[in-house]
Amino acid sequence: MKLDSKIPSGPLAKKWDKHKFELKLVNPANKRKYTIIVVGTGLAGASSAASLAEMGYNVINLCINDSARRAHSIAAQGGINAAKNYPNDGDSVWRLFYDTIKGGDYRSREANVYRLAQVSNNIIDQAVAQGVPFAREYGGLLAHRSFGGAQVSRTFYARGQTGQQLLLGAYSAQMRQVKLGKIKLYTRVEMLDLIKIDGRARGVVTRNLVTGELKSFTGDAVILATGGYGNAFYLSTNAVNSNASAAWRAHRRGALFSNPCMVQIHPTCIPVSGDHQSKLTLMSESLRNDGRVWVPKKKGDKRPANEIPESERDYYLENKYPSFGNLVPRDIASRNAKEVCDEGRGVGASGLAVYLDFEDAIKRLGKDVVTEKYGNLFEMYERITDENPYKQPMRIFPAIHYSMGGVWVDYNLQSTIPGLFVLGEANFSDHGANRLGASALMQGLADGYFVIPYTIGGFLAKVGASAINTDAPEVKDVEKEAKDRIERILNIKGNKTVHEIHKELGLILWNYVGMSRNKKGLEKAIQEIPKVREEFWKNVKVTGSGAELNKSLEEALRLADFLELGELIARDALMREESCGGHFRTEHITEEGEAKRDDNNFTFVSAWEYKGENQEPEMHKENLEFEFVELTQRSYK
Amino acid sequence: MSENMNLKLKIWRQKNAGDKGRFVEYDMENVSPDESFLEMMDELNEKLTHDNLEPVEFDSDCREGICGTCGLVVNGEAHGPLRATTMCQVHMREFKGMTKLTVEPWRTKAFPVLKDLVVDRGALDKIQQAGGYISINTGNAPDAHAIQVPKEASDLAMDAAACIGCGACVAACPNASASLFTAAKISQFALLPQGGPERKRRAAQMVTQMDIEGFGDCSNLGECEAACPKEISISNIARMKREFVGAMLG
Repeated sequence: MKLDSKIPSGPLAKKWDKHKFELKLVNPANKRKYTIIVVGTGLAGASSAASLAEMGYNVINLCINDSARRAHSIAAQGGINAAKNYPNDGDSVWRLFYDTIKGGDYRSREANVYRLAQVSNNIIDQAVAQGVPFAREYGGLLAHRSFGGAQVSRTFYARGQTGQQLLLGAYSAQMRQVKLGKIKLYTRVEMLDLIKIDGRARGVVTRNLVTGELKSFTGDAVILATGGYGNAFYLSTNAVNSNASAAWRAHRRGALFSNPCMVQIHPTCIPVSGDHQSKLTLMSESLRNDGRVWVPKKKGDKRPANEIPESERDYYLENKYPSFGNLVPRDIASRNAKEVCDEGRGVGASGLAVYLDFEDAIKRLGKDVVTEKYGNLFEMYERITDENPYKQPMRIFPAIHYSMGGVWVDYNLQSTIPGLFVLGEANFSDHGANRLGASALMQGLADGYFVIPYTIGGFLAKVGASAINTDAPEVKDVEKEAKDRIERILNIKGNKTVHEIHKELGLILWNYVGMSRNKKGLEKAIQEIPKVREEFWKNVKVTGSGAELNKSLEEALRLADFLELGELIARDALMREESCGGHFRTEHITEEGEAKRDDNNFTFVSAWEYKGENQEPEMHKENLEFEFVELTQRSYK
Repeated sequence: MSENMNLKLKIWRQKNAGDKGRFVEYDMENVSPDESFLEMMDELNEKLTHDNLEPVEFDSDCREGICGTCGLVVNGEAHGPLRATTMCQVHMREFKGMTKLTVEPWRTKAFPVLKDLVVDRGALDKIQQAGGYISINTGNAPDAHAIQVPKEASDLAMDAAACIGCGACVAACPNASASLFTAAKISQFALLPQGGPERKRRAAQMVTQMDIEGFGDCSNLGECEAACPKEISISNIARMKREFVGAMLG
């Protein structure tokens, strides 16, 4: 299969404008003849649904939550990047582009990333106009702060709730269109499968999460904005209902899946406290602006933090990376935390944590300033751990946070299935092997507000409007498959709960496909995961019926897909014989112990094709061509 | 490390919206004080599943206090005993010394129970749809710095915008009023210059919708503010009333 990324020719800075001009347009009066199905109501889903409806398309918008406002984008804390250069510190579209390409360890597409940097400024304008209450200075202008992987201050924020405020902004625009009748919104509805007719994506089969009713929606195009797959690992910073099923079902129907091994492990999460743990809580990366990361110099030093004198502390990030210090990118901060813990210098009862210390910040800035900047995060930390970070350093440890990999899309954000578009975290396109902080919000909104409204028009204008009856046999077949899958799960009546099996999968993934990986471990994971999958299909226990609200059933359906995706993550990691960004193979390191890329052999995006249940998938390659940026060893020293 | 706890849970079970519902008692032993209340409920559900019983359905998602999905009434208090905290962030250590906990859903006519502890809060979305937005289409925005907003106004708007739409204010109010929720949104936009053009229309429509959805009136009891996990101030309700009267007078 030849993958055509459809990157426009010409100079980097002109590609997007040129492409927009060349795309076919749908006449304003004809837009109302088209129906677009948007699955998901996070930043990418809400912003695309609202924007497309404003343009005149009919939008069907689905979400699994009880309200569109609750999608997991809401939990993003720190901020959103934009190349405004308001602080006059040398920022530019080019610099944001360059930082993102470099931060992604040269495994993303130049053209996509440049476009992302270009539209970043429009997002801030749009959000301000919507009434998003960004932090401001006394002069009435916007405030900003710095984030990992950048030496300029380009991150806009709304206290520690930037994701919430941006999502509520998009949600308000979406609610306006619901009121106007241009968006038909269905909440507590989950996509179970994709309907393909004549090779085109024409709809989705869904389950009503309250009544259990299966219902199909059809239209002219389908947009998936369904987020990432971090919950494959069981414990992650994702919301407990976040799942990969929409993307995975599309994959099974023919959409290639790219770079699944590229998952981001966030360095600043609250450590696990026991077996009961149901999710991990992130502490915003912005804390690393003022917090200092350290561990004791001595192994097994169990003294309380305040009894360890300055001379016996190892501020390992500041020492090892003097120019970026505590603000090194996430992958580097995470790996170093693991390293010091592996050496036996971890802190807390489990030894699986490092300190993030605010003592100096409080001395330098005063407690009030620290409270104003991070107050809500400090409170959250204390609520969970029962420890006061004003008095003793926070304990943090890395956790699975974000998936850079996802459904393969071209420059138009279209997958390998015509008419199926994939936005936000669900696609693979912009972050390469590692995402920089405050770039997820930027990408989700760029895709939804400023990319898809143009590119989907090019597709629709070409194919023309046409309706599909939901009684069509192709639709009924997919419905029946979904119904059978549900019945099969309910009839197993085994001995293990969904959570028990999910924990087994999570443990394999964390141990062998987590922060550092090697051939032996990955091969073991590829052996073990099918066994867990088999166990699931023989021994899972879901009580209750399919014709009612049944969260165990929902979780079982999602786990069934994670059990397939988990294996693909391991296969991709095994295939990629190099270290880059979040993918760290212990066989491939520099003399200093940093990730060592192999640009000669691995400057490509993997794109896996589904070949059937328990069949080995086939890998295709999209070679990455760097016309404008020189590939260098990433250094933050 | 404090000791593990043994608890008797009295939980509301209701098969569906049509069922009358009843309390059922469950024993939970050896509960760690470091687990969250919802993790304790997860453990109960694991136990029930192994006993071939249906788990207790309850809503939650982010489990870090921001999505607004969770919400239970524990021993009569919306979101439990800890101030300014959602249910998902309440840890079992807060119940130290207690042996019996009563767990109920949000109870109000406007939030019908769907199953067990899960309720339908769609009425809040309807209020938002009635005017909780600034009518600007994508692509029409001027440069962000074309609009200057005094820091004080921006901070106050953010205080109001912090609402997570969980509905605890309604659950805690003896009149089941949604005034705090509605006022928070009206205030956010009333405080910002961007919200100016639609200010009156918005207040009139949102307040009217609140009545249509069957929420009660505000009688200034302040229970909403006390229950609010984001500490949204009741002064927003005063602002909403001024905005509404202003809108009615033209």
